[in-house]
Amino acid sequence: MAARKTSKKPNVSADELKQFYRDMLLIRRFEEKAGQLYGMGLIGGFCHLYIGQEAVVVGLEAATKEGDKRVTTYRDHGHMLACGMDPNGVMAELTGREGGYSRGKGGSMHMFSTDKHFYGGHGIVGANVPLGAGLAFSDKYKGNDNVTFTYFGDGAANQGQVYETFNMAALWELPVIFVIENNQYAMGTSQKRSTSTPDIYTRGAAFGIPGEAVDGMDVLAVKEAGEKAVAHCRAGKGPYILEVKTYRYRGHSMSDPAKYRTREEVQKMREEKDAIEHVRELLMSGKHASEEDLKAIDKEIKSVVNKSADFAKDSPEPAVEELWTDIITDIAPQNA
Amino acid sequence: MATEILMPALSPTMEEGTLAKWLVKEGDTVNSGDIMAEIETDKATMEFEAVDEGTIGKILIDEGTEGVKVNTPIAVLLEEGESADDIGDVSASVPTEAAPAAEAPAATASAGATPAAAPAPDTSPDWPEGTEMVKMTVREALNSAMAEEMRRDESVFVMGEEVAEYQGAYKITQNLLDEFGAKRVIDTPITEHGFAGIGVGASWGGLRPIVEFMTWNFAMQAIDQIINSAAKTLYMSGGQMGSPIVFRGPNGAAARVGAQHSQDYAAWYAQVPGLKVVQPYSAADAKGLLKSAIRDPNPVVFLENEILYGKSFEVPKLDDFTIPFGKARIHREGTDVTIVSFGIGMTYALEAAEKLAEDGISAEVIDLRTLRPLDYDTVVASVMKTNRCVTVEEGWPVASIGNHITATLMERAFDYLDAPVINCTGKDVPMPYAANLERLALTSTAEVIEAVKQVTYR
Repeated sequence: MAARKTSKKPNVSADELKQFYRDMLLIRRFEEKAGQLYGMGLIGGFCHLYIGQEAVVVGLEAATKEGDKRVTTYRDHGHMLACGMDPNGVMAELTGREGGYSRGKGGSMHMFSTDKHFYGGHGIVGANVPLGAGLAFSDKYKGNDNVTFTYFGDGAANQGQVYETFNMAALWELPVIFVIENNQYAMGTSQKRSTSTPDIYTRGAAFGIPGEAVDGMDVLAVKEAGEKAVAHCRAGKGPYILEVKTYRYRGHSMSDPAKYRTREEVQKMREEKDAIEHVRELLMSGKHASEEDLKAIDKEIKSVVNKSADFAKDSPEPAVEELWTDIITDIAPQNA
Repeated sequence: MATEILMPALSPTMEEGTLAKWLVKEGDTVNSGDIMAEIETDKATMEFEAVDEGTIGKILIDEGTEGVKVNTPIAVLLEEGESADDIGDVSASVPTEAAPAAEAPAATASAGATPAAAPAPDTSPDWPEGTEMVKMTVREALNSAMAEEMRRDESVFVMGEEVAEYQGAYKITQNLLDEFGAKRVIDTPITEHGFAGIGVGASWGGLRPIVEFMTWNFAMQAIDQIINSAAKTLYMSGGQMGSPIVFRGPNGAAARVGAQHSQDYAAWYAQVPGLKVVQPYSAADAKGLLKSAIRDPNPVVFLENEILYGKSFEVPKLDDFTIPFGKARIHREGTDVTIVSFGIGMTYALEAAEKLAEDGISAEVIDLRTLRPLDYDTVVASVMKTNRCVTVEEGWPVASIGNHITATLMERAFDYLDAPVINCTGKDVPMPYAANLERLALTSTAEVIEAVKQVTYR
């Protein structure tokens, strides 16, 4: 990787740095495997890979505490892995099998874990933004200091309901962090061609919501910004916006013609800005890890991912009776 | 071991494609993420990236080849330390792990349940015989239902436009702010889409929201949150989490408010699996059903009617009573024809039955009360007795609730029908403003009487 300007010494322990490396690598290898299984016909439908954006969720998860909630869009595999959901359950949901988080009934875009306070996985662009504010509303109503991370993209940032939500979140001082994962392309439309302002976070100013831009390819910068936003929300000061500038290496979904940007642009990002390489470099240059240490982590991650793929292939399809279950329930849901 | 690179599926529907161009040649080293080839599908030309690192040992399909089936080996990738001699291995390792073919589920998918099943209507009374009754308007009934449930459960709150300080645009939330405070009775900005979504999110967070729409017409702005977020989450999460939320407000035509404020959404919402849909007529039903709705663990669409708000009915004087969903009420017993209705449609049905009795026609009038779940058994049992049926609703005729009842009767009671079922509905037009035209656009007592005379051949 080319030299990156890191102005200050990372405020992070060697162990934490290694953990970031491991967590980001897990997402990348998992997604590569998912792409492979898609190509083999084992995963169907829509499948949106998170490759390139790993530092966003890993950095922000480092700023959370137990009880905090998260909700996101359809590009959700990374968020699930980062908040500690089981790779086997995620991969088996991608293959539509009984062992998946939704027993095969949700798919890539619709998984949930009340244990890990992960509230989906939503396929309608922008719709998860009021849902996240509603989760934050429930915490404020109950009087605890939990925070909800509501992730959405630069594309979703143009939906009307986002601004309806900004207004109410500010009005009611909801403890919600709006994380705009700006990967620069709304499907195939670049930010320049879709969005009137270059810095989306400034749009919160109209509602009195503070916001800032963050280098989404630097996991340490993301964590630091996350901690600041979390402190703001926990102190009862209302919502906060983080516009995390990131980049997706793969297509919007698996069926992406890749005609809207150049190969050189993608290659340049990979070579100069890659978030995993960045941490790798920090580990090596700080002598926190040897080549062998990192190889051992690579091997361990590869094994976790391969196991998840095996699990996802071996898990049976859901029983046909599942067609008719979970439509309505008689039992009060164990939400929150 | 050398691995085969297979023709990838690059879209949800791709079965084959053209291998347009190789961007690597035999002997090239590739890393994960490198573009190896361009593949053309019917929709687009797409780049195909390497997943693993290695050396291209052999290209098996030449560029320009059309109709290459998904999963066909197109090249061989050698790992570190392997040579082209290792290629022999691969034929043994061709993955045979295509997704298992889906078994067709036993699809007795009709919402009207099994055609052959004999009807078994629940005829138990809604409250004990001899219960003291009091006069109450539908408005008071709805208001007291919410107040009682808010007293009972701290997690119940109501949000919507003008529900608090204004005391409700239609006074349904009158005095709730005084009793429960601004934390639980929340005025929202005029942003239906946004606050419906916030309500659903709050239900996931463990609360029991009542979201009031000033009218259901405005909920069209929020219908995505009602259907995609509230109704489908239980299923999409494999039963892990659901949305215990009530969406309520006046529905259907009021009087002279024009096309955009006069639509009956009964059939729209009744079509959606994952929702429960209620449309009460009487005050007792409004109260008992709204209390059930607030306690229900599923999302409930509660369709009220502005014209009925001020009507008075007898309501049981009980500290706590609820009416279960999926149980129709036989409002009036009869022998010659079954009139099936719900909500404000009941006013026409009951008036018609009264007048028909004067002509010696005995009509049985059924109030469906809930549209999902729908009490098919009570309707089928009644029609098996009367052999004739007329349905009444204010909504549009195409794909109406009446159409669905008719289809169910054809499946379950075909041999009992002595005449085709007639659906009395609103007319197939946007609601006009002019008083005379508006009257014509709705259904009427006269139309119901006419329909009954037709099916009874009088």
